[in-house]
Amino acid sequence: MEMLMLTFTIFVLAIFVGVEVINKVPPTLHTPLMSGTNAISGIVVVGAIISSGGGEQTSGLSTFLGVLAIVLACINIFGGFMVTDRMLHMFKKK
Amino acid sequence: MQVFIYLAYLIAAVFFIYGIKGMTTPKTAVRGNQLSAVGMLIAVVAALLDHNVVHYYYIIMGVLIGASIGIFLAKKVQMTSMPEMVAALNGFGGGASLMVAVANYLEMQTAYGSGNAELIATMPALDMKWSIAVIISILIGAVTLMGSFVAVGKLMGKLGDPSSIGMFKMIVKVSLALLVAGSIYFVSTNPLEQSDLLIVMIVICLLLGVALVIPIGGADMPVVIALLNSYSGLAGSATGFVLGNNGLIITGSLVGASGLILTTIMCKAMNRSLTNVLFGGSMAAQAGISKDEN
Repeated sequence: MEMLMLTFTIFVLAIFVGVEVINKVPPTLHTPLMSGTNAISGIVVVGAIISSGGGEQTSGLSTFLGVLAIVLACINIFGGFMVTDRMLHMFKKK
Repeated sequence: MQVFIYLAYLIAAVFFIYGIKGMTTPKTAVRGNQLSAVGMLIAVVAALLDHNVVHYYYIIMGVLIGASIGIFLAKKVQMTSMPEMVAALNGFGGGASLMVAVANYLEMQTAYGSGNAELIATMPALDMKWSIAVIISILIGAVTLMGSFVAVGKLMGKLGDPSSIGMFKMIVKVSLALLVAGSIYFVSTNPLEQSDLLIVMIVICLLLGVALVIPIGGADMPVVIALLNSYSGLAGSATGFVLGNNGLIITGSLVGASGLILTTIMCKAMNRSLTNVLFGGSMAAQAGISKDEN
């Protein structure tokens, strides 16, 4: 129970940080910001790594799903950060 | 060792916060994006050092495949089709959460089925918190996955706006009711024996994702993508609750919250209310009528 409350506290505080950080953003940055935070949501790769690299508890199917999750998350991460970078450099030229 | 891993997740989260903060002003945006990427690198290294990770072969394979597809897409995509690209990437993120949740469920089945106490000790506790987190993770992950691909279809003009939205509203209501009933049953019994039910619920969640986004007009898609982006963060957070991983919880809720605020800001910019988008069809249709009247 204590652990649950602790993680829940972290969850709520992180939400507030997210709200505060992003409060004022000019419209031109909406799309890059979206794609940037989208790339960050690829953090789920952490879970995927833990799932697919496991020892005795894994089965063929769970490893397959884990690897598929890594592939998807990595597309999200690499694609997301690079595409954001491309967009932002476009803004600079203007 | 575990302490350093937790600290690394914390440092990664700080990088993400600075990264997102940097991306809110044009001057610091490029640097902000790079900071976020560094944060991601730190988090991945920390995950690789986790005591649960034994084999590296599959991980390296997955990273290589994913990275090459991601880099290829990022270089290839036209600037004009950026919204589709972001939506598709978003869907992949949601799909990854869905798969991690299912993989963890299967691992729990194996671990608890083996009766090996040492093995069980390395897994999350089999309690209500875990079962609820699995369901939420699957729900948000599946909705993000399918919703994003419907959004991509709409942006590419391959999927039109349906003439009648009543059917989709019905599907949403029925699937929500089924999901609530299924979840209660799933949580109240031994969830590890309910793999058939879980498969059914995954299918319903996928269907829900389609039915939620199809009725929303193509013009509203940017807002929908922003909202789905927020969902994909929350999906990561839910996965964190499944695995008991603070790094995922912090970063996921950070993205979830910032995504939601961004959605509201974009709604304001388009002069639409968030409820219009959240409750999709009916409200959007009414708003459309009132706009025509004006």
